[in-house]
Amino acid sequence: MGKRKDSASEPDSKSSAPRSNSEPAAKKPAAAKAAERVTAVEMGARQREISVSEFFTKNRHLLGFDNPRKALLTCVKEAVDNALDACEEAGILPDVTVNLEVVSNGVPVAPSQANRFRVTVTDNGPGIVRQQIPRIFAKLLYGSKFHRLRMSRGQQGIGISAAGMYGQLTTGKPVKIISRIGSKAAAHFFEVQIDTKKNEPLVHENKQIEWEQPRGTQVTLEVEGKYQKGRASVDEWLEQTSIANPHVKLVYKTPEGETKEYPRTYHELPPQPREIKPHPYGIEFGMLLKMLQDTKSHTLSGFLAGDFCRVSPQLADEICKAAKVSPEDKPRELKGPVAETLYKTLQETKIMAPPTNCISPIGEKAILSGLYKQIKGEFYTAVSRPPAVYRGNPFIIEAGLAYGNRPQDQNKPQQPAMPKAEGEHEEEDSELARVIRYANRVPLLYQQSACSTFKAVLSTGWKNYGLSQSRGALPGGPMVIFVHMASVWVPFTSESKEAIADYDEIQKEITLALRECGRRLGLFVRRRERAASEFRRRNIFELYIEEVVEACNRLKGGTLPKQKLKEQLQKIATSRTGGTKTDQALGKTGGGPEGLPHSIIVTADGVEGETALATQVESDQGLAVPPAEPDLLGDTTPADEPASKENATKKSSRTKHLPKKTTMKSGQIAIRAGESKAKHPSKSAKTAAPRKPK
Amino acid sequence: MTTKTKKTTLVEKKLIGLADIVIQSAERSKDPTFQIPIRALSNVSFNERKGLIEMGSKKQERSFFNVGMAKKFMQTVLVADALSELQRADLTTSLREIYYRTKHTIKNSHENTFDTQDESDPVIEDLEVSLTALREELHVRAENSGSIVGPVVFGDDGDRVDCSKLGKGGYSVPSIVEPEYLEIRRCTADFLLLVEKGTQWNRLSEDKFWRRYNCVLLTGNGQPPRGVRRLARRLHEEQRLPVYVLVDNDPWGYYIYSVIKQGSINLAFESQRMAIPKAKFMGLSSADPERYELPRNVGIKLNEKDIARAKELMNYQWFKKPAWQAEIKRMLTSGLKYELDSLANKDFQYLTKKYLPRKLKEKDWLD
Repeated sequence: MGKRKDSASEPDSKSSAPRSNSEPAAKKPAAAKAAERVTAVEMGARQREISVSEFFTKNRHLLGFDNPRKALLTCVKEAVDNALDACEEAGILPDVTVNLEVVSNGVPVAPSQANRFRVTVTDNGPGIVRQQIPRIFAKLLYGSKFHRLRMSRGQQGIGISAAGMYGQLTTGKPVKIISRIGSKAAAHFFEVQIDTKKNEPLVHENKQIEWEQPRGTQVTLEVEGKYQKGRASVDEWLEQTSIANPHVKLVYKTPEGETKEYPRTYHELPPQPREIKPHPYGIEFGMLLKMLQDTKSHTLSGFLAGDFCRVSPQLADEICKAAKVSPEDKPRELKGPVAETLYKTLQETKIMAPPTNCISPIGEKAILSGLYKQIKGEFYTAVSRPPAVYRGNPFIIEAGLAYGNRPQDQNKPQQPAMPKAEGEHEEEDSELARVIRYANRVPLLYQQSACSTFKAVLSTGWKNYGLSQSRGALPGGPMVIFVHMASVWVPFTSESKEAIADYDEIQKEITLALRECGRRLGLFVRRRERAASEFRRRNIFELYIEEVVEACNRLKGGTLPKQKLKEQLQKIATSRTGGTKTDQALGKTGGGPEGLPHSIIVTADGVEGETALATQVESDQGLAVPPAEPDLLGDTTPADEPASKENATKKSSRTKHLPKKTTMKSGQIAIRAGESKAKHPSKSAKTAAPRKPK
Repeated sequence: MTTKTKKTTLVEKKLIGLADIVIQSAERSKDPTFQIPIRALSNVSFNERKGLIEMGSKKQERSFFNVGMAKKFMQTVLVADALSELQRADLTTSLREIYYRTKHTIKNSHENTFDTQDESDPVIEDLEVSLTALREELHVRAENSGSIVGPVVFGDDGDRVDCSKLGKGGYSVPSIVEPEYLEIRRCTADFLLLVEKGTQWNRLSEDKFWRRYNCVLLTGNGQPPRGVRRLARRLHEEQRLPVYVLVDNDPWGYYIYSVIKQGSINLAFESQRMAIPKAKFMGLSSADPERYELPRNVGIKLNEKDIARAKELMNYQWFKKPAWQAEIKRMLTSGLKYELDSLANKDFQYLTKKYLPRKLKEKDWLD
């Protein structure tokens, strides 16, 4: 009522303002009201259903299509996510090819200038059955992942169809799909569009074709976009994807005609995540009401025990008792205040945390191998936290670090020392660390500062670990920080899935993981510094002795027995710098990776730590190092012999001085353990038992 | 030529002595170490009787096989080598040339023996002190940054230089003014006026102040270099000229005066032959603005550094005289400093025609 009065009096005062106040203005507002008023019937005639597709056509920014550059990335991302999810669910090691081409109308355009692209993503997955193809690619909110609680990249069934809709909207071209479910089946070719009013697919073309691939799916989208390298680009996204998914072989053909290959360096599929039922703590009241309606159980206790995880029949009875309802009640008849009491009781009852086999972490070894493959550094480490729970959803946090500038390969010619002029200094490391963020193995590129992971990185005290850090800033130094959250339901801050929401439980887990990484890094940095300072001490004297001897010789008129003086001074230098003790320290720079589990250290002399992993990555990258079978088993050479025959014959300098002891830890058996077991059944049994390094 | 070679041998011997230290230590498997007197406030004392700052006997060791000192040690040997080269070739050179002469990249490294001149200059000073050789004896000269004008005649490399016949530009004071390089042939002046600033020296020279008051005008353009100080000292000592100092009224001006009078902390060992304990402070005094009715608006507010420096000066033993404490306190109380140039506010020739005549007449100076 009050509202109406306001709206009535407003035009009145406005219209009367210029006139004299004496004239009564009673009739005017009535006329104004009549012009504005719409009857409920008229309004009713305008009210109709809004289809999801229409909604998203107008609000495409919600799904990550805000601007042409981001839209191109989103299209690639949705197609690749789908391909990987499908392969993994079917238990196939994914081979994915991404082809990005410029679409020009006759005149060739430079990729950076082009505004239309063709995105083709091909996988070797299980394929899609013919009948489902149109709906998967041309119906929003259609898919297999929304209705179950299981970890996967996609969650809502919007992604790929939204990308198709975006293409349709900007170029008018349909989505083209080729899919084949096996070498015996035929390949089907589809051209589909979406009917945005009805949210139903429109099939333009549907035929059987010849396809060279025995199995898999290929999606082609033609979209408006902008290709620009650098931060938050398609290139960066694919690179980061390959870091967190070392089990994927990824081939990327850039619009510039380059082919980038990200080889598979980890030959095991991540364990299949199980599907779980919702945990009582994770649902809201409305959800409970819906579940009460939809359940197949006839009794309340059956419903509680059957439709939730971690609720046993006994516990179900207890809950019913506490909520003062009969366990024999029909779930469908539970309504209003009674249902609300039940909901409250559920939240207050102590229930075991949800099972965690529904999430599949990347794993420390795979993270290490991904980081080692993609980022040049000196030190790598990875931590997988035990599962934790937020709002009834289990999740796992994983963190990793790649630190430093990899020492130059020895076989590379050293650059001749360029004399430095006044004012020239060694390049200073003023760069800040980079954070790469993942949710369910998918890189997050936008909205970094809104992300829980980023906040956790900032709030970690990196100074304790030997790094520089300004207040409220990222730590300084050549470093990449990797954070991954795996969960059945990742709480994003928005639909476009760019940042992880800030739950205390999540923040805490991330911080703990980062601290562990930091602690190991700190150990490494301190060890390296100690070794470096010893080395520098020795080096300084050696360098200066030459200068001092020469100068003394000139002072003495060139009559000095130079060699004798030099040797005398060198002798003093050696005795002053700890002599042979230092030699030993220098020979084994870091003193091995003890206390640094799940870490790789790269030195000029070789790789320490999870050497097997490193060797694996290199052989996969074709770096002329054969898979080091004897190393993996570790018992072919005595532990204290510094360079075994096998090692000596190796070509790569990096693997020349693999410290034997590290390869003997049981936890560090190679990724191909399965293979080697098959070849050396007797020996592999021995390695299973951990041995103490000498 | 032959006479000079004979003189330099002593310095050269001292330089070669450094090489001997290295050789002998190496022979006995000892860490080669040089003893270098400390050049800091902690190692100087004020000799009140002589009115000089004197260097104490504290020494620091510079050893080769010590990570912190190794480079400095190496640099010291390199500079010694360069200095002995100068002796042998009988050349003089500048600090900067020594820096360039000794700079090179160490074999098999990216490292330079010296990165900037800031590294080589202190090494040369170290050698001066530890070998008790004067910079001139080491054949290292500073820039000619002083001028002199007035009734004085020098002999320089056989040329007769009459400073009363050199126009308003005067004679440029060489860096090395030892008797064997510069001879004072005749001097008829009554006193010597040492002016901090070149601009005010120009004013006095242009106005022929020296002719009217029969004095020698000398400037060092700021902190006077050794040559200027040494020449003032020689004129004071050999020709019995009283020395008056004219500086800006700020802590830096006071310090310039004190360096002329008592010597500097850094080169305390040279006070013996540089300092002029009887030099008088003519102005600008913090009392002058009032006495000469300088308006407050030509003053400059003391900044934080000025204030800190002034307080530091008050703690130096040689500024402990009550008159000086009062002088500095007065400046701090007023919160202002005055430049000599500010006298131009009253008249362009105020310095020549009013200020100095009155000062001299009233004998208004500080000791």
